[in-house]
Amino acid sequence: MEHSDLKTLVDADHGMISREIFTSPAIYKRELESLFTRTWLFVGHESLIPNPGDFYLSRMGEESVILCRDRTGEVHVFLNSCTHRGMKVCRYDKGNAKVFTCPYHAWSFALDGSLQGVPHFDDLYDGVLDRDDWSLLEVDRMAVYKGTIWASWDKDAPNFETYLGDAKLHLDMTLDCRDGRSGGSEVIGVHRWKFPANWKFAAENFLGDSYHNHSHGSVDAIGIGPSARSGVKGRRDDEMKAAQHIWISFPEGHGVHSAMEHPDAEFIDSYLDQPEIGAYFRHCYEERRRRLGDEAQLIPFTGTIFPNTSYHGRQPRGLCAWHPHSSGETEGWRFFLVDTDAPTAVKDFLRHYYMRYSGPAGMTEQDDMENWLYASAASKGTIAKRLKLNYQQSMGAAKLNDPLPGLVATQMSEHMARGYYTRWRDYLEGRDWDQLLGVDDPRFSDGEPVTKAGRA
Amino acid sequence: MSAVSDFSDLIGRNLAAQPGYAALQSQLEAFYFLEADLLDNRRYRAWLDLLADDLTYYMPMRANVPLAHDRSDEFTTVGEGIHWFENDKWTVVKRVEQIETGIHYAEEPLSRITHMISNVRIVDAKPDLETAQQIAVTNRFLLYQNRIVDDTTTFVGRRHDRLRHNAGTGWQVHFREVIIEQGILQAKNITNFL
Ligand code: FES
Ligand SMILES: [Fe+2]
Repeated sequence: MEHSDLKTLVDADHGMISREIFTSPAIYKRELESLFTRTWLFVGHESLIPNPGDFYLSRMGEESVILCRDRTGEVHVFLNSCTHRGMKVCRYDKGNAKVFTCPYHAWSFALDGSLQGVPHFDDLYDGVLDRDDWSLLEVDRMAVYKGTIWASWDKDAPNFETYLGDAKLHLDMTLDCRDGRSGGSEVIGVHRWKFPANWKFAAENFLGDSYHNHSHGSVDAIGIGPSARSGVKGRRDDEMKAAQHIWISFPEGHGVHSAMEHPDAEFIDSYLDQPEIGAYFRHCYEERRRRLGDEAQLIPFTGTIFPNTSYHGRQPRGLCAWHPHSSGETEGWRFFLVDTDAPTAVKDFLRHYYMRYSGPAGMTEQDDMENWLYASAASKGTIAKRLKLNYQQSMGAAKLNDPLPGLVATQMSEHMARGYYTRWRDYLEGRDWDQLLGVDDPRFSDGEPVTKAGRA
Repeated sequence: MSAVSDFSDLIGRNLAAQPGYAALQSQLEAFYFLEADLLDNRRYRAWLDLLADDLTYYMPMRANVPLAHDRSDEFTTVGEGIHWFENDKWTVVKRVEQIETGIHYAEEPLSRITHMISNVRIVDAKPDLETAQQIAVTNRFLLYQNRIVDDTTTFVGRRHDRLRHNAGTGWQVHFREVIIEQGILQAKNITNFL
């Protein structure tokens, strides 16, 4: 695939993107080689491996990785493939281990990945095999950030916070306590399920595609929110109701949908079913205002950290990793978060709300998966593939760094997707890290161009 | 909740030779076959009558763990954390209402479904099989689902049910655990009742 082909696939200036990027096996292969080997990827959370020896299987791209905590308490991420003949070293999803012993020929690896035991070493390998050369392959870069664990296979990748850029502020609001204290969340469960859609449909959904609200008409009509038993319709709390919603694209390809509250805003109670839960969230809201001052005006909603980590910053709060399986299949992993020190009654309220909203049995998200499947499937046809997809919403509407860093729209917009796919193309073209971070992207110095274009 | 959800001591019990077993078992089979007919024919409101008001209906997630590990490592535990779902009666009614809106696109157009129920076994009856008011039952299910054109999913697994008999309502399920033989769910959605 030549660079010139990639140019025509993503035409962000005209808001048109080829359907091939969601369907082509050749492009998918390129993604695995050029994108998933370089970006920072979300692999898990410290609360899943609290003690020395704890491990948890995760994924990076198509491949299985072992997340574990060694005897000194340090976190590691290893490729889950034996260095002898490739066997999957660990086939347990989680647990506690002293060593990982390969089921095939019993090479064993310590918790820091080093090759420890080689059966019949003295008779069969002495003088030839240097154990130090045959450790489990460890990721080149690893970062623990407010409990979340991220990794990259690119030794030249910028450090994680540089990679996050100004999207950090928004991700932070997902990871921080509801009362504004930094960090302090734990994972209370992980949904893992496989669905027949291209992984980017899921990532794009969370970038701030607020336009698809229509899909959720059924839950809005019946009411599944925290006041639903009291007869209130809709699917969520009303805490964002009076806020100015903002949609932000970042140079690194991330995109978010957050909101700014009025300086004098007050907590909007929408917990009629359980007043004590409402009282708790009011307390958190007021504490956060007190603690963060003006900064507390910013409140989170959803976002995608490039390329495949999405978050929901309110309820159902959590992080999703959209692991690719093929051009038409994705494994969704959704890590549900609560404040570690939240009262039991609050955690119980949250888990019930998360389950009825999210995942394959979630009343809201079922309809998302249906969209992603049929958008993928109906783009495959010979004739369908001649049509570009339309990404022209709110072209040129976003302003630079107003009121927050990034390209910010105050109306629903697809500029986050235009930015996301521009970066996506840079990875597939094998650009250097300055370009991958969008350092010279003119959109972030001059604003987004508005170029009217017909159907292509 | 653990006493209700824990079938581990019941699984190995064989009550089949005891008086009253055959009659009760055929009543139970009739109950499950009715349930399947109601669901497969989309008579959701009538199906809801088979569920008690104090219902707990959940589907744990599963993980690959070593043989020796105890159940709480392999299965998520009802009443704690996250499962595929953990419904009370209100939530099940909401799920029915959602389908009835006609704009729940994951079930609109409706899926074509067939439930097969087998291996119905009574593993506990109180006060006894002949005058039972409370029973624990295990069974197997197969749900075949096809929608739109070739979007086909088969769910196969086990159910651990507890039922209660009331003069007014007959038998009703008040606890159901749905165990699917998958760790990573091989289905995009669970939009039908298992
Ligand atoms: S493949 Fe692991 S020891 Fe041979
Ligand atoms: Fe959605």
